[in-house]
Amino acid sequence: MMLLGVSDLVKTFGEGDTATHVLRGLNLTLEKGQMAALLGPSGSGKSTLLTILGTLMQPTSGTHQMLGVDLTIASDAELTQFRNRHIGFVFQFHNLLPDFTALENVIFPTAIREGRETAAARTRGKELLTRMGLAGRINFASTKLSGGQKQRVAVARALMNAPELVLADEPTGNLDRASALQVMELIGQINRDEGTTFLISTHDEKIAATCSRQIVVGDGRVTG
Amino acid sequence: MLYALKFAGRYLTASKAQTALLVVGVAVGVFIFIFTSALIGGLAEFILSRTAGDMSHVTIEAEATDPALLITPPGTVLLVQEPSTETPELRAAISFLPLIEALPEVKAVSPQITGAGFLRRGTQVSQVSIIGLEPGRESAILDLDGYLVQGDARLRTGAVVLGRSLVEDMGLSLGQTVQLQSTDGIDAALTLTGIYQIGSGGGPDRRMAYVSLSTARTLFAMPQGVSRIEIKLFDIYAADGAALRIEGLTGLAAKSWTEDGAQLLEALKAQAQTGYFLKTFAMITIIIGVASALLLSTYRRRPEIGIMRAMGASRNFVVAVFVLQGALIGVMGGLLGAGVGYLALLPFPTREAFRSGTLPMDITQGSYDLAIILTVIGAVAASILPARAAARVDPVTAIGQ
Repeated sequence: MMLLGVSDLVKTFGEGDTATHVLRGLNLTLEKGQMAALLGPSGSGKSTLLTILGTLMQPTSGTHQMLGVDLTIASDAELTQFRNRHIGFVFQFHNLLPDFTALENVIFPTAIREGRETAAARTRGKELLTRMGLAGRINFASTKLSGGQKQRVAVARALMNAPELVLADEPTGNLDRASALQVMELIGQINRDEGTTFLISTHDEKIAATCSRQIVVGDGRVTG
Repeated sequence: MLYALKFAGRYLTASKAQTALLVVGVAVGVFIFIFTSALIGGLAEFILSRTAGDMSHVTIEAEATDPALLITPPGTVLLVQEPSTETPELRAAISFLPLIEALPEVKAVSPQITGAGFLRRGTQVSQVSIIGLEPGRESAILDLDGYLVQGDARLRTGAVVLGRSLVEDMGLSLGQTVQLQSTDGIDAALTLTGIYQIGSGGGPDRRMAYVSLSTARTLFAMPQGVSRIEIKLFDIYAADGAALRIEGLTGLAAKSWTEDGAQLLEALKAQAQTGYFLKTFAMITIIIGVASALLLSTYRRRPEIGIMRAMGASRNFVVAVFVLQGALIGVMGGLLGAGVGYLALLPFPTREAFRSGTLPMDITQGSYDLAIILTVIGAVAASILPARAAARVDPVTAIGQ
């Protein structure tokens, strides 16, 4: 069952002689429950594609649909709401909120939606952190956690609203091998248990090998 | 909003030193605002109490009547009016006293008989203005009780209260008898029962002789009526409107103090405007301080704003976080500045105890609530620009930083 699809996706930065064509008519579909790796050399358009799929940026042209919604015609407020409910993000540098605890970071997407930190959100946040092996770090300040722990908090945060799609941009790029494998194992487990769709951008062939599908991007198009 | 408040509070407590400096900066502005309010207000109060405070705010005065022309000869007529010593009289005005007293803006009413006269003791003679007041209303307009340095201000029949300079010039002492003669040529032997001192030996202490209304009736041969009615108001600046209202109600010509005191009024207005300027500058300082601090905070927190936006925080949420920071700074700075301002004003004498040579700070005119409200409004207004800048942060660029 199709979760999202983009067709003839074009993204150009700048105009005229200085125009940079990052995506050149890219076509891609993702099925629900897939765990896909996005591969390609630097500058191939992987990050731009993730940004567009995450509704943080609009394409120059082409269509972008997810869960049957045409996201290219949605307003900023609609995209913000859609992103909050249906998409989770894991960044290379964890990007936690430094003045908040691990639990506060995890429940942030739900608290934003609810307008406050509910007891139910706290319970789910604790469950997710426990699942990530961070039961003893729930109330730790995010700045006090190690790199691997921070990234696991970031994964828990991405899963907080039980999104259909999690976009991960080099989630293990800043971790040592052991931590990287631990994070990928957790992601794989969630994919299997909850059917969450993952699209993971990576340079690491070993990480890509843990995914059920490999998508290769080159010169702004899907090449394999 | 509650969640945005948590973020605002957390951001402020995360940089304690910076927040403390910012709050102190705002508090200094509020302190200046309050200090200026108390000083300008106290100064105005002091000036008013020393000038218009002791005078009638609205006066109904009998006008000298022109002699009627009984013949109308043809051609040009030259009329020569002989100087008259007759005191003009308000006959029916007394009946309006209860009506005037009942007006809400009226604080006190004093019916008076005034005129010129001579004070004699042996061979010494001094020219004086005689003011006949109703017993019990001696301090209705001029605070005779407050200026009394010896004796009693109560004006009984046969009593006279004189200024200290006049008493010293004539070598008088309490209990002595003096002769007071009106310009109508009527004499009265009066006992000196009180001595007042208004200034430092100037005019009022040398020129005025206060007697009872009944004594004045005898001196000016005025068995009924009065020569003037002096009215004191709760709000001195309402005198023009009150004069018009009294005129409308009584049909008597009522004159506001502003007709003769325009210069004083102008000076007071100019002083008040100076205060407004100083307070405005204090507010501008607060706004600039808060705006610049929050702009810096916005820049420093760009990556976090980007993450929030990526996680689904709306632009309104980001705006709320920064506006609430401004509001919290305003509330804390406002309360701190108001509290310190109040404590700083405590050692100054109260408005009732103002004396020459002291700084007339009026603690009751600190405008504390206004200062806090304006500070919060100013801080919120100052935070709008940084908040809007924060809401415009592009999450893709910010996260990449």
